[in-house]
Amino acid sequence: MYAQMVKTDASRVKSPDDMDSQERAFQERIDAGQKIEPKEWMPEGYRKTLIRQISQHAHSEIVGQLPEGNWITRAPTLERKAILLAKVQDEAGHGLYLYCAAETLGVSRDALYEQLHSGKAKYSSIFNYPTLSWADIGAIGWLVDGAAIMNQVPLQRCSYGPYSRAMIRICKEESFHQRQGYDILIKMMKGTPAQKAMVQDALNRWWWPSLMMFGPSDDASVHSVQSMAWKIKQNSNDELRQKFVDQTVPQAEYLGLAVPDPDLKWNEEKGGYDFGEPDWNEFFEVIAGNGPCNAERLGARRTAWEDGAWFRDGLTAHAEKAARRAQPGAAE
Amino acid sequence: MVQATAMQAAVHRAALFDFLLGMGDNTLILGHRLSEWCGHAPALEEDIALANTALDLIGQTQLWLGLAGEVEGRGRSADDLAYLRDARDFRNLLLTERPNGEYGRTLMRQFLFDAWHFLFLKGLRVSSEPRIAGIAEKASKEVAYHLERSRDLVIRLGDGTAESHARLQEALDDLWPYTGEMFVSEAHDLALAAAGVAPGAESLKADWEALAAETLRAATLEKPEDRYMHGGGKRGLHTEHLGYVLAEMQFLQRAYPGASW
Repeated sequence: MYAQMVKTDASRVKSPDDMDSQERAFQERIDAGQKIEPKEWMPEGYRKTLIRQISQHAHSEIVGQLPEGNWITRAPTLERKAILLAKVQDEAGHGLYLYCAAETLGVSRDALYEQLHSGKAKYSSIFNYPTLSWADIGAIGWLVDGAAIMNQVPLQRCSYGPYSRAMIRICKEESFHQRQGYDILIKMMKGTPAQKAMVQDALNRWWWPSLMMFGPSDDASVHSVQSMAWKIKQNSNDELRQKFVDQTVPQAEYLGLAVPDPDLKWNEEKGGYDFGEPDWNEFFEVIAGNGPCNAERLGARRTAWEDGAWFRDGLTAHAEKAARRAQPGAAE
Repeated sequence: MVQATAMQAAVHRAALFDFLLGMGDNTLILGHRLSEWCGHAPALEEDIALANTALDLIGQTQLWLGLAGEVEGRGRSADDLAYLRDARDFRNLLLTERPNGEYGRTLMRQFLFDAWHFLFLKGLRVSSEPRIAGIAEKASKEVAYHLERSRDLVIRLGDGTAESHARLQEALDDLWPYTGEMFVSEAHDLALAAAGVAPGAESLKADWEALAAETLRAATLEKPEDRYMHGGGKRGLHTEHLGYVLAEMQFLQRAYPGASW
């Protein structure tokens, strides 16, 4: 997950007749289900699209540490604290694999950070919402990681080998994250009226932003069609959102929660739920940097980077000294 | 005679309880401090390492405080002890509650503590109390890695740029007066040392100093002059900082008494 509205540079999708022989051979390999590996030839647009998507995903993982980190120090039991620490550690680890996957496409991690810090690169809109209660930590695991899994399971079949392999590993950990979130909520829903109210409030606040995670409808988007032709993307945003709603509503019912959508209704004919439209104006404002926590989240990442410059410079300087000392005949 | 034995057993149990609280409170409070860094560290690898270290320390807390509750015999769980005691009943070293400050200070605090923690656990592995020896055995493996990491970073940053050197030296100078407490025995320490349960606090001093000196030399840092050393943490006399750590950590348990999470 965590990649929304990734552009491809395509103004239209090329037909085989428009392609040169190299592009055609590339497309044929993709169509045959072969994986593309780092040193192989690829169209520039394919490479750039992957860098955008993988880095957006990586940035989301590291910015995503912040809303959950907000509750690690207030986790209500030692066990919950340990589980949340393990989860946030996994997420930082996912960021690391993904930056490594992006590096195989010829871009450095530092360059990608620079794009994040300057505001040029995006991260998932969801992490610009605040975590206001402990139930929000449960809701993030259940809904946000649930939506992430919905998006990431198909990405395991992505045509680019390093991304596909990273996703296989990440998906295993995400399932554990989703279960831990749901488990927090089950426990709270068996608790006091105040705890139950906290959970309902969390669902009310996180439901719509979670649906927005899939991005606006992209059936008419040339970027989406091109990404699908390259097998970077496998499903449309609407398809994934529908799957998510169909999976999540029964879980909400099991918990005893009301989904905050008056238009939500089972549609026997399509075998899925009908549901309302998220507020896309809000979505575009959040993407544009105007969400409730955008300034704080990005500010925290920039500060961490800038305040840490001396640390990284110190390690580099030491490595250079050590390398000089290791040279034959080096005098100390 | 029977009475004397019963009294000795009670004294031993009280000493053991204090000692176990000290072990668990050290790891709890330092784990809390490390987790404050989540998402704010100077490199992604550091975020991962800090969360990992905090996770180890919280895991150790569960073991130490769990055993403390059993020894006390009043039905208190590890969570009850972590979340429902006030600052005066905490037994952690003052060093562990020092605020994170900038990253160099966090690293230096970690090294000074890890070096002590490693040596102390080594002594506990041969404790006459098998359950203490068992926890120490498990924790030692984790702490050996904590020490390897913090020692390596102190050396590399001490011997890095002029700025990283200056930051580490300043952190060392500020934290040094909080190291003396590690080597001062309280009454309960003496009782347990005599019973072979735990090494005497003083007995670790020479090894710790040698380890610190060797590391600081490699880091080109200067060992501060020994001067007045702060103390009191092991007796429940803390700095002003601990109250705020507990206010944050215990918030949910205090605001919603009796709720299960």
